[in-house]
Amino acid sequence: MSGPTSTGVSHRKLAMWTFIGSECMLFGTLIATYMIYRGRNIVGPYPADLLNIPFITVTTFVLLMSSLMMVLALSAVQRGDARGTKLWLAMTALFGLIFLGGQYYEFSHFVHEGLGLSRNLFSSSFFVLTGTHGAHVAGGVIWLSTLFIRAQQGKLDRTHAETVEIAGLYWHFVDVVWIVLFTLIYLLV
Amino acid sequence: MMSHEEAGHPSNRFYIVIAVILAVLTAMEVMVFYVEALAPMLLAILMVLMAAKFALVVMFFMHLKFDSKVLTGVFLWGLFIATSIILALMAIFGKFAG
Repeated sequence: MSGPTSTGVSHRKLAMWTFIGSECMLFGTLIATYMIYRGRNIVGPYPADLLNIPFITVTTFVLLMSSLMMVLALSAVQRGDARGTKLWLAMTALFGLIFLGGQYYEFSHFVHEGLGLSRNLFSSSFFVLTGTHGAHVAGGVIWLSTLFIRAQQGKLDRTHAETVEIAGLYWHFVDVVWIVLFTLIYLLV
Repeated sequence: MMSHEEAGHPSNRFYIVIAVILAVLTAMEVMVFYVEALAPMLLAILMVLMAAKFALVVMFFMHLKFDSKVLTGVFLWGLFIATSIILALMAIFGKFAG
């Protein structure tokens, strides 16, 4: 699809990895803020009162498995398997939507329990950090949906494998960020 | 240098094995969280498990293991700065004190 480059790698892939590197810094600052504020709440509700580990474990599992769906979609498009490409792209987006549904439920529950955005240090840093991650998941679902529509129209064949791979890089990064957040927010409560 | 089209990616079976390992590591994380006897080592165990999951996704699902080292360098540089920011700010705000 693309010709030789001075680095030996595709410009589009290099651009995506550079973007991912910059995203590491964005999430790094948000994680730092969360960790600094951790345990410094003056008023409740406190994280230990609200965080539902079994529920979040299920949504974490869903997001992890969505990464498997994504690599299967890439594998399918590289083989020229149109049906497999559509199936796995749709499954990845669906799993992303399930994760977002879980996050909506969790946020609603917290607000119902009196933990609004500005209630305490935990709520402010928690909602901003996990909300930013959720916005990235939502962006990924939209991206995957556009790829699914292109595949449905027959405009996504094996010559477009790199397009799917780049979307996959973004999706896996979103998964990787959640791996870190799951440990730091929910298991080290 | 090997282009992307020439670079071989793993089989579907390999990806499924990686996903199973990720699921098992997640189950271990949650199990460790609930075992009170492991509480003194909770931080260390969870950090190791988290790092293992992180590395598996980046190396195999994101193909850094098979792609150009240029991409690995670009990613690790961003990750290094992010980790430095987190540790430096936590130190400044006394999160490692006593």
